[in-house]
Amino acid sequence: MKYMLLICVDDTIEPTAGDPTIEQWLAEVEGRRLDGSQLRSVQDATTVRTRGDEVLLTDGPFAETKEQIVGYDVVDCADLDEAIRIASRHPCARYGSVEVRPFYTG
Amino acid sequence: MTVDAEVSELFRAERGRIVATLIRLTGDWDLAEECVQDAFARALECWPREGVPRRPGAWLTTTARNRALDRLRRSSVEAAKLREVVAVLDESPDEADGIGDDLLRLIFTCCHPALVLEARVALTLRTVTGLTTAEIARAFLVPEATMAKRLVRARQKIRNARIPYRVPPAHLLPERTGGVLAVLYLLFNEGYAASGGAELVRRNLCVEAIRLARTLVALMPDEPEAVGLLALTLLQDSRRDARFDDAGDLVPLDEQDRSRWDGGQVEEGVALLDSALRRGRPGPYQVQAAIAACHATAERAEDTDWPQIALLYGEPPSSSRPRSSG
Repeated sequence: MKYMLLICVDDTIEPTAGDPTIEQWLAEVEGRRLDGSQLRSVQDATTVRTRGDEVLLTDGPFAETKEQIVGYDVVDCADLDEAIRIASRHPCARYGSVEVRPFYTG
Repeated sequence: MTVDAEVSELFRAERGRIVATLIRLTGDWDLAEECVQDAFARALECWPREGVPRRPGAWLTTTARNRALDRLRRSSVEAAKLREVVAVLDESPDEADGIGDDLLRLIFTCCHPALVLEARVALTLRTVTGLTTAEIARAFLVPEATMAKRLVRARQKIRNARIPYRVPPAHLLPERTGGVLAVLYLLFNEGYAASGGAELVRRNLCVEAIRLARTLVALMPDEPEAVGLLALTLLQDSRRDARFDDAGDLVPLDEQDRSRWDGGQVEEGVALLDSALRRGRPGPYQVQAAIAACHATAERAEDTDWPQIALLYGEPPSSSRPRSSG
């Protein structure tokens, strides 16, 4: 089953020195991680809505919250418990959060 | 015993584990529940004519399994998936091994922490104990439609997010067992907080919580906190007949007629607590049970061993210290 891990952090919070690094995590999830990337800051985001014939653009993210999506990873796991374990070990889970979303198809 | 009485006894005692087995075999919660329901209906139909089979539990499981096979063959399930399920169903012997394991799988899955707490409670009551959606809704004071939606969402999440149907592996077991105990504890407190006879449906939650705790202890005999929780619920519930006056008002502990406490239940609770404590792995439920035992074994209110209780209140770590109830 494929899961999308949405990595969310509040960018005013700094990671604690000595925490596991993203490189360590990437090495750990090798074989399970199919894809993933960091995303540029929400300052560079554009939100698009189509209403009738009109395309409405907003400068910024679709939701103004403290935590913003800063990256994503697609992992292939046996079940939710395995996805939770992988998510819980992502460095950003320590000071931000990771939303685990199953894909529609396995 | 009449056939009807025997069927309802079996319903209480066996339904949960038959559903658990069918879920393992088919992977489909709705189908499993419906087929088990059908099997009990068939029993009511056939047994008065043909007599009760020698192993009624096995008869019910086989009947439910065959019903599931029928339904799957006639449904529009894609061929490959169907072959897979049918193969599993065909292979499984009448009396599957590890029947208790299935029930434990079911309980752990219903209480999975990825489900919201109220859904865990509802799902456990619906699937493991077999209360109807209407009964659960009444017990939790929500409209039936709300409860039905809650149950549908929980089952959907189990399927869509692939919450595993299993007893958690060793490294997750302590944490997840704590989660199961928390659900039973909440269930008991919901019932215990309910007042007099008007709220009989809610009081019934105490009975169900005790029954579930018994099942859990039978399935996990080496888990002292499970035993502690069973002891706690038995000891608290032993006061049920003395807790309310004729007007339905709560009677304080020191004014209760102690002769109306259930002595047999106190004895069982104390014995269970002793056996749990002997394992030397105390925890919040054992401590709470020990406090309840101090009250339950005092012949008069003034005989209560308060120094001991004060000592016990100092015991649980503040983070996991459950609220005490009257």
